[in-house]
Amino acid sequence: MDPRSLKRLFWISGLVFFALGLIGWRDRFLYGHVSANYGSVVTWGLWVAAYIYFIGLSAGSFLISSLVYVFNMKRFERIGRLAVFTAVVTLLLALISIWADLGHMFRAWHVIAYANFKSPMAWMIWLYSAYVILLVTELWFLLRADLVAGGRAPGPKGMVYRLLALGSRDQSEAARARDRWIVRALATIGVPVAIMFHGGVGALFGVVAARPAWHSGMFPIIFLVSALASGGALLTVIAAIFQDGWQRNRDTVIALGRMVLGLLLLDVLFQVSEMLVAFYGGIPGHTESLRLAIGGPFWWVFWWWQLVLGTLVPIVLLVLPTGRDPRWVSLAGLLIAAGFLGVRLNIVIPGLAAEEIRGLSEAIASARMTTYYVPSATEWLVIVGVVGLGLLLFGFGELLLPKEEEAGHVRV
Amino acid sequence: MAESPARTRRKFRYGMVIDTRRCVGCKACVVACKAENKTPPGVAYTVVVEHALPTGPNDKPLFMTKPCFHCERPPCVDVCPVSATFKREQDGIVVIDYDRCIGCRYCITACPYGARFFDFGENYPSVAEKTAYARVPSPEYRQFRKRAADTSPVGNVRKCTLCVHLQDAGGRYDQAAGRWPACAKTCTGRAIFFGDFNDPESEVARLLSERHGVRLKEELGTEPNVHYLL
Repeated sequence: MDPRSLKRLFWISGLVFFALGLIGWRDRFLYGHVSANYGSVVTWGLWVAAYIYFIGLSAGSFLISSLVYVFNMKRFERIGRLAVFTAVVTLLLALISIWADLGHMFRAWHVIAYANFKSPMAWMIWLYSAYVILLVTELWFLLRADLVAGGRAPGPKGMVYRLLALGSRDQSEAARARDRWIVRALATIGVPVAIMFHGGVGALFGVVAARPAWHSGMFPIIFLVSALASGGALLTVIAAIFQDGWQRNRDTVIALGRMVLGLLLLDVLFQVSEMLVAFYGGIPGHTESLRLAIGGPFWWVFWWWQLVLGTLVPIVLLVLPTGRDPRWVSLAGLLIAAGFLGVRLNIVIPGLAAEEIRGLSEAIASARMTTYYVPSATEWLVIVGVVGLGLLLFGFGELLLPKEEEAGHVRV
Repeated sequence: MAESPARTRRKFRYGMVIDTRRCVGCKACVVACKAENKTPPGVAYTVVVEHALPTGPNDKPLFMTKPCFHCERPPCVDVCPVSATFKREQDGIVVIDYDRCIGCRYCITACPYGARFFDFGENYPSVAEKTAYARVPSPEYRQFRKRAADTSPVGNVRKCTLCVHLQDAGGRYDQAAGRWPACAKTCTGRAIFFGDFNDPESEVARLLSERHGVRLKEELGTEPNVHYLL
């Protein structure tokens, strides 16, 4: 497929997804949670799974960008800015997803105003507030000089650049050196922040002793590794599409593919370890959720989506000679990135669908008191809309933001 | 008593002793609770779970009425990101501040006993709007709220309050006057005993000293204030 038609497909799907999302959002705003299918047993559903998915993509791509800006790995330099931009966009998508999930959306500010420091959710919120500020600042300093340069051009693009430059005019080499220093400092601070905050998302689940399938010290670690694997996988796709695509980014895409393969294998190791320990122990409360995931009504999410499409096929693609062809590598990346949504669903839903007290779901007759959960149309549409927004933001980013520098020359 | 009431400096330590041998599984408590607290569909402050005990021809079903246990160490309180749910200083009743709760439902996931429910804002279709019942406000924490979209408690997490709205100004209940948790008041088999564990003369304290009570999921260290007699 030639890159032009690939781009057209990209824009069309972005617009269509976004438009479909509006239907879901309309329902969410008019009728609250009535059209959502979760209840008081499975209290969290697709929106929470999407949230931890996007937030993992964000933390993962940020940590990969730090390979460039902290550890100075030249191999990934071409995707440095793209990785930071991806981290910003996916973080935004995560926050929108979880915002939809709140019972009172317009009280979201309470988490800053009335934070309970005993709550892992509060730690997470404070940490990602710091992370948002850090990310946006880092991105701005990465782009500053190019924004200033582009701001001199006439027309709407120049105007956007002047606006985004926030009045900065300095193009001297000294200013650029200062920018690089700031980026390096922010990226360095960002590494522990991203680790803590995504580990914190894992801890949010890990600390819940009431849900034995989550209650494991491995959880914060698994969350980190899966963030790196999924974020890296997404970046291989993005690197193959944007900035002249796979033809120019060939080596970067292949290098990313190798790294993602390693991370994915590490993630599989951790997940297998969790399962083996749980099944060896055989404590019913602990194994019940895992049994649900691998043999419950949604067994195919585990076997087909997560294992075959999201793990085995990409591993084969990356190990065979296809691993040296950027097109196959980016396809593997796409499969892994999509497969991780299955991983996230399989963390959230079976973990909740095991009754805490036997007979609870039969005690009162209500659709809200059931262990069976399938996301409703509204829930899917909201998330499709969020994905659409993400695609559009990437598109605009590609159109408007300065591209990667080449051999020290600014291309606008 | 198994637990150590000396640790608490509270005025009252309200809780329940539930005699499973007296429970016939009539679910009058569930209905009484619904009528008292006007909970919407899908929200129940107390439920009766039932299952047959395994093996043997002589086994009878086990019924277990299950309100909120008002744990001494409630995991729901620790996880709430905005401190909207808390254990009351004076009597240990675990409550929710509806105006602060953001509806994230982390407390529901953290409760090992399934004692919390999310209010989706679904109304009783048969009584919606036009009937007198729909106009009766619910007595949540003496606030007497009316249900309307986008206003609390719709979009909040809800739970058993031990009918806290029936307390007098001093925090006391009065069984003789009928100011008593609805489930305990209505129980046909007199299986639900409610009272103050801090008062050694109370029915609940005496029952626990005479008979062996168990609490659910002791291994989690939550120290529930509801004891079951087997």
